[in-house]
Amino acid sequence: MLKINLSLLGLIFSVIQIFAQSFIIDSSMIYKKKALSFDEANIISSYYHQEGIHSAITGGTGTEKLSDFANVIDLKLNRYDGRGKKYTYGAEFGVDYYTSASSDKIDAQVSSASSSDVRVYPSINYSVDNEKTGLVLGGNVAFSKEYDYTSIGGGFNFNKKSKSQNTEFGARLHVFLDTYSQIIPSEFRSGLPPRQQKKGEIGNASRNTYDLSLTLSQVMSKRFQLALTLDIAYQSGLLSTPFHRVYMNDGSLLRETLPGSRIKVPIGLRANYFMGERFIIRSFYRYYQDDWGMTSHTLQIEFPYRISSVLSVTPFYRYYHQTRIDHFAPYLENMAGAEYFSSDYDLSGFDSQFYGMGVRHTPLKMIANLFAISQLELRGAFYNRSDGLTAGIVTFHVQFKGF
Amino acid sequence: MFRQKRLRNFIFYLTISGMLFFTSCTTVKPSDKAYLNDGEMLLTIRKLEKLEISFQLYREGSAGATGGKSGGGCGCN
Repeated sequence: MLKINLSLLGLIFSVIQIFAQSFIIDSSMIYKKKALSFDEANIISSYYHQEGIHSAITGGTGTEKLSDFANVIDLKLNRYDGRGKKYTYGAEFGVDYYTSASSDKIDAQVSSASSSDVRVYPSINYSVDNEKTGLVLGGNVAFSKEYDYTSIGGGFNFNKKSKSQNTEFGARLHVFLDTYSQIIPSEFRSGLPPRQQKKGEIGNASRNTYDLSLTLSQVMSKRFQLALTLDIAYQSGLLSTPFHRVYMNDGSLLRETLPGSRIKVPIGLRANYFMGERFIIRSFYRYYQDDWGMTSHTLQIEFPYRISSVLSVTPFYRYYHQTRIDHFAPYLENMAGAEYFSSDYDLSGFDSQFYGMGVRHTPLKMIANLFAISQLELRGAFYNRSDGLTAGIVTFHVQFKGF
Repeated sequence: MFRQKRLRNFIFYLTISGMLFFTSCTTVKPSDKAYLNDGEMLLTIRKLEKLEISFQLYREGSAGATGGKSGGGCGCN
């Protein structure tokens, strides 16, 4: 334990040493005032489809067929005050439409309302970037709504760059206050008042998430830079899903029950290297541990290759491994009498692979002398999980830049 | 006990590696950052990856350290 504390102290001192060189203000810097103007807009669309045979809604057996069509539009405006401060105002609006075969089984007799649903998620953000001191302060507010789930979130972020702009420290605190309208499977509705029996709603429950994220980025050379991220997330409230069935080892049927709190600690390292004139290596590794007994390793590597100054292709591969939570067991294998139990295969032990290819075009094509199409990107990928779940996703992105 | 020891070792080696990295790096002038400023060299997830990470967040038990959200939202289907 002592060696960890001493080494952590050493790391903190070495970071302070880097920042200590940063408080000399360059008087030669000239700042111009600029009225509020359009900076950037992005439109991102994706189509996702999955197939599997371990739906948690039917107790770890049955179809997991699901399709999701997602669209996100964001807009960024900024202005400069002439004293080195840049103000950024951002807004984002997302809409997902999904169909889920397993959700249709919440009510075993009739089709459920949530077998297809729309989720909307608007958000706004604001930040002030002081270019003299390298300090960025910002905040955001987010909202998400679907049939049985509402989420309200907000957060603050702080970033500090060194004078040389080779080191950057970032901290972000996010809070999500979610409300679950609890819908239970048809087998558990017999005791409910007649009005509630059809929908199976038994009232609201809360789920709160508090997430602190710390990031340290460092330029290592003219071609190499990396970032280390540590997150600590705490969740409390209803963390199980009210319509997930669990078939116990004595044949009885229960609803999923999980602990009322969870602490998640992921640590990630991102390293990017520009090789030669055309080839880039983007890599990411994450170690994760939580207090439900799950650990995981994620390794992702991408190889963007420039075919020309405006066209690049990016093959990528991601390997993921997780251990099961302490409370998971397959269909008919959870111990009768256990306090917590789940047959949700998203919480089981498995390996997964995600691989595909992206094509990116950066044309900078002017439109009506107002803005330009600065980026077009198309990515397609496959996802295979060792429990048999397979999926595919196609994503399209177009970016507009102002002048 | 085994898990705690493993996590402790992991933090120890990560910290040592971090110290070596952050003290041995060279200063790169803004004019020499042409490669580092390339759009593909960003040390955050790209816009397009947000929707990929969104489904991974639902289909896998772990989350976080990607620069995106690691809470909120249901994803219970």
